[in-house]
Amino acid sequence: MKAKRILALTIASAMAAGLLAGCSGSSSSGSTSTSDTSGATGETTGASGQVYYLNFKPEQDEDWQNLAAIYTEQTGVPVTVVTAAQGQYETQLMSEMAKSDAPTLFQVNGPVGLANWKDYCYDLSGTELYSHLTSDSFALKDGDSVPAIAYVIETYGIIYNKALLEKAGYTAEDITNFETLKQVADDIQARKDELGVKGAFTSAGMDSSSDWRFKTHLANLPIYYEYKADGISSTDAIKGTYLDNYKQIFDLYITDSTCEPTLLASKTANDATAEFVNGEAVFYQNGTWEYNNISSLGDENLGMLPIYIGVEGEENQGLCTGSENFWCVNKNSSEEDIQATIDFLTWVITSDEGRKAMSQDMGFVTPFDTFTGEYAASNPLLEDAEAYIAAGKTPVDWCFSTMPSENWKNGVGSALTAYAAGTGTWDGVVSAFVDGWATEYQLSNG
Amino acid sequence: MQKTIKKYWPIFVLPTLAAFIIGFIWPFIWGIYLSFCQFTTVQDVTFVGLSNYAKIWIDDTFTHAFFFTAAFTVVSVVLINAFGFGLALLLTRKLRGTNIFRTVFFMPNLIGGIVLGYIWKTLLDGVLTLMSKPLLSLDETYGFWGLVILMCWQQIGYMMIIYIAGLQNVPIDLIEAARIDGASNRQILFRVKIPMVMPSFTICLFLTLTNSFKLFDQNLSLTAGEPAKASQMLALNIYDTFYARSGAQWKGIGQAKAVVFFLLVVVIALAQLRLTRSKEVQQ
Repeated sequence: MKAKRILALTIASAMAAGLLAGCSGSSSSGSTSTSDTSGATGETTGASGQVYYLNFKPEQDEDWQNLAAIYTEQTGVPVTVVTAAQGQYETQLMSEMAKSDAPTLFQVNGPVGLANWKDYCYDLSGTELYSHLTSDSFALKDGDSVPAIAYVIETYGIIYNKALLEKAGYTAEDITNFETLKQVADDIQARKDELGVKGAFTSAGMDSSSDWRFKTHLANLPIYYEYKADGISSTDAIKGTYLDNYKQIFDLYITDSTCEPTLLASKTANDATAEFVNGEAVFYQNGTWEYNNISSLGDENLGMLPIYIGVEGEENQGLCTGSENFWCVNKNSSEEDIQATIDFLTWVITSDEGRKAMSQDMGFVTPFDTFTGEYAASNPLLEDAEAYIAAGKTPVDWCFSTMPSENWKNGVGSALTAYAAGTGTWDGVVSAFVDGWATEYQLSNG
Repeated sequence: MQKTIKKYWPIFVLPTLAAFIIGFIWPFIWGIYLSFCQFTTVQDVTFVGLSNYAKIWIDDTFTHAFFFTAAFTVVSVVLINAFGFGLALLLTRKLRGTNIFRTVFFMPNLIGGIVLGYIWKTLLDGVLTLMSKPLLSLDETYGFWGLVILMCWQQIGYMMIIYIAGLQNVPIDLIEAARIDGASNRQILFRVKIPMVMPSFTICLFLTLTNSFKLFDQNLSLTAGEPAKASQMLALNIYDTFYARSGAQWKGIGQAKAVVFFLLVVVIALAQLRLTRSKEVQQ
């Protein structure tokens, strides 16, 4: 009898433990911040719709909240901005879209992301928003309809520390192709103690906070050149024509580096940023979005170089410019809400408050023709990006939006990590890149 | 009194029952239905029949995850229970400081899996670097043993408490009687104590078995399935299927995997319960 009672007790406590375990699991989903400004103003004007924006960029959350409050104050239209935690956007979007109060405005990251959501996207082709786009290449198209429009253009390349580069006896003009880049990097690496740095490049961290710089952004270059050589814009099977170049540049990153290649698997994005900011490395492959994290070096010390991988004629190559932030309006929202959302977006890109918030507070370069003069965003990285275009260099497109799936990127990332650590071979990377592409494309579209 | 309860019991049952249906039964049924559908959001679905189930084995990751999980479960169930029971024996001997030790061993269980995973990742990577071996996320074997170490550390204390509760309820007179009859310590342990704490074994085995099989947090934060999904367990594989691929069909396939996973856990857990239950003795 007694044993029964103990049994009951233990089962009860076990169940309680299960509950606790459940809590600990969900805590990983991160925090979201909400600010429902609908209550902020008592009076409402004629508009009956409302806007609910599920924002992708956590670093701009506060700016969006402020902008939403201003809009509500001016027009009385309630605007709710919710920001998904880093890496949780798809998860949150999926659950939010299933609710009756679904987001009226959400984001996709390009053609592949759009594949999941195209049934939910309102056709934006007749809107003022679309008419303000400077180029059609900043919209995603599905036949004649326009389901998604980019709202920020970003650029990446090899960010360098001007002061350190000059200390080593070079300037950016000395680096015009892979050959010269390698010479300079090798020289800096050889004289690292004399120069007081730990390496030419920051650690090419393969932790998930940093591996996208290589499995996605760096992998873009061989894909871009292959597309260019074949005259295509997407493919169901990549050939890997330029994978030797990919190997060249990756080898350079991991040998002329601040740490042993075997340690890269655990290096994070913060490690790389810290090394760059502390002047322990001269080069850092990253993009314009990183400006706020590295601005402490001083504007005069920052510049950006194209990523040269040793392709014929790359002296004319510019930086990598494109977008992976596209606005979509939810087709399933009520008509008033759709209208309110489009009005809100139009206001954001045409009004003074909206343009100021986008260009100055958030620091975005936008693809809209309304952002001119004082509303052109500006920092040394963006200026370099402009300068390369002005000098007639061809910007590299962001072909990585045509990569078949996250799974493909993860496969390439794992293979690169293993290759860097010496537990895998370059053949493993080639196979993940080429064979993985064909398999994943089949699986995603089959 | 009895009569009133008989009359009004539905009212008392209702709140809990409603919560149970809303929070468990309905999502469960809907989840099974979803495994036969193609969907992007869970409200907007198209029925596609059994095709999701046919696609579970479209690549071999699910099979690999199954064997990895099975191996992990066997190793960790044995280790956790052996150590848990051993500690329980030690800490029921009326040693000085018993309570402090019990508390210390129990404490790891109070930390969430994700946090534990990251802490151990840093620790183990540090050790592996010193030994100049490949890091956790580069080697399947290290990943496996890393997970085993992590789970042992977290679970042993909890199981220990359950065993202690069981051991303290073995009647002293039984042990004394055995001792008077000339039984050695070893005989007392195997012939008296262990049969008497069989209910605790039932529970501990059940908990460790299902916990190991369903492991997710620790797997995600310690190895994230690296290298190339080699250390991916079933729950993480399902999550990965659901989110890492584009195209609407993957959600349904992930859901189908989840249903298969559920059936696996039920079958294994029931078999284990039946087996250990039959060994329990009535007091």
